[in-house]
Amino acid sequence: MQELWEALVQAVNLIVSLDPEVMEISWRSLYISAIAIILGAVICIPIGGLIHFHDFRGKRVVINIIQTFYSIPTVVIGLFVFLFISRAGPLGGLQLLFTPAAVIIGQMLLILPVLTGMTISALNGVDKAIKDTALSLGASGSQAIWTIIGEARFAVVGALILGFGRAISEVGAAMMLGGNIKGYTRVLTTAISLETQRGELVLALALGIILIAIALVINVIVNIFLQRY
Amino acid sequence: MKNLKLFAVISCIILVLVSGIFLGCSPNAPQTPSAKPQVSSDNISQTKAFPVRAPVQRFKIATTTSLYDTGLWSYLEPLFEKKYDVEMDIVYAGTGIALEYGRRGDVDALVVHDPEAENKFIADGYGINRRYFAYNYFIILGPESDPAGIKGLTPEEAFKKIYKAGMQDPGKVKFVSRGDNSGTHSKEKLIWQAAGYKYEDIEKSGPWYIEAGKGMGPCLLMASELGAYILADISTSLAYKGKITLVPLVEKGQLFLNVYAVMAINPDKITTAKMLPAANNFINWLMSDEVQDIIATYGVAEYGRSLFNPLKGGNCKEPGCPKLEDYTVPVK
Repeated sequence: MQELWEALVQAVNLIVSLDPEVMEISWRSLYISAIAIILGAVICIPIGGLIHFHDFRGKRVVINIIQTFYSIPTVVIGLFVFLFISRAGPLGGLQLLFTPAAVIIGQMLLILPVLTGMTISALNGVDKAIKDTALSLGASGSQAIWTIIGEARFAVVGALILGFGRAISEVGAAMMLGGNIKGYTRVLTTAISLETQRGELVLALALGIILIAIALVINVIVNIFLQRY
Repeated sequence: MKNLKLFAVISCIILVLVSGIFLGCSPNAPQTPSAKPQVSSDNISQTKAFPVRAPVQRFKIATTTSLYDTGLWSYLEPLFEKKYDVEMDIVYAGTGIALEYGRRGDVDALVVHDPEAENKFIADGYGINRRYFAYNYFIILGPESDPAGIKGLTPEEAFKKIYKAGMQDPGKVKFVSRGDNSGTHSKEKLIWQAAGYKYEDIEKSGPWYIEAGKGMGPCLLMASELGAYILADISTSLAYKGKITLVPLVEKGQLFLNVYAVMAINPDKITTAKMLPAANNFINWLMSDEVQDIIATYGVAEYGRSLFNPLKGGNCKEPGCPKLEDYTVPVK
């Protein structure tokens, strides 16, 4: 267990000394996953709302399918996107493979089902009486929808945090689509994988601790923000 | 109404961020894949920090894991980038997947070490301008107790003994195979063949044979944990010296020669490969005195001997060594 302690010390050292390479990798991790989650949110929250507020045939089936894709392996997402954006693939002309954009696309696709499904669950969790009350107090249809979304905000933000967690911690898609190129597409998880491969176990663990620390900071900020409103 | 306001605010923030992303990257986005190659453009590094899209064409190579795990590329990369003012991206992969990247046109040059697979790749028209720039040897490592008793044998004899002992007592004698179609894996198959076995039979013969499916470094760590025998290139084993408990047991054998080749992707076959000039620069640079001298000394300070042997000066004289013109004549 000596290694665990060493890793902790090294993680603190790396953070305190603002090690340029670690800072760069951490920042890249954060920014790639943040863009993925923002794009995901913009797509998924409205879709989740649409599915929740509309009754249609096969709604349960759609929700079932969405929930099934929660468990899609990150490597499969990576492989899927790889086949599309590899130069031999249909989108090869965009030259996206081995760029940060490719990683963003992979992570975004990875979290789409989670975000959509959790948005639906969040909206389901809101008491139906609230919608009726809002309507009876003279709110228009869209105002009632906004009210419900507002009531569900904690759960929706929870979904975003979960999605962010899945995005920033995944390694399969980032490795396959980004290629772990030093100074360009190397993120925390692929760096951890590389250092493990090199046998630098303590450094790998230290990078893992830094990733957790980033998640902690994000969570604290989000929670403060939520409590304000 | 408070909630409504909150959501309006959040929506606005999201909108601004998203539009910022798109606006931010659109001026740099290459319009078409046929944009003319900018091998030595001077705006390459200006957006180095965190570009969403590649601002200019980047020179991508796929390299075998042994050269990456030993840290040689991390050392050479900045030197090449500085000298030729080009942004080089290095993706590390076993020879099998590296060749696949090449076939799909996802990289511009390859560094591999599997002569047979290379020959086929070139014969199929994907690769051109192959040159050699370094060599080393494979070795068989194993636990110090050497339960199969292979010390000092030839590679073929050693494999025979490991097989027999492994079949008899799989608890004690194990063999870790890369199992990933890498150059090392190909070499392993060759040695099984030379020892008189069919690889398909070996693969399925029992629990003593462990197919790891990982890079050279991870396989060494795995073999060390399991107390297993393993075929490895000498450079990676040296680089992992402090991390593994295995010792070299078989170090001599004609089959053990391991030559590293570099080649460009053929733009006539893969029309999306636009970086041939950079690839040629790279190939010639690896053969240059500058790099050959670096290779001759790389690792000496740390491991007491160099990790790779340069071809310069014709040190490699065994059968199987590349011909003089294949490591001295520059490509065009």
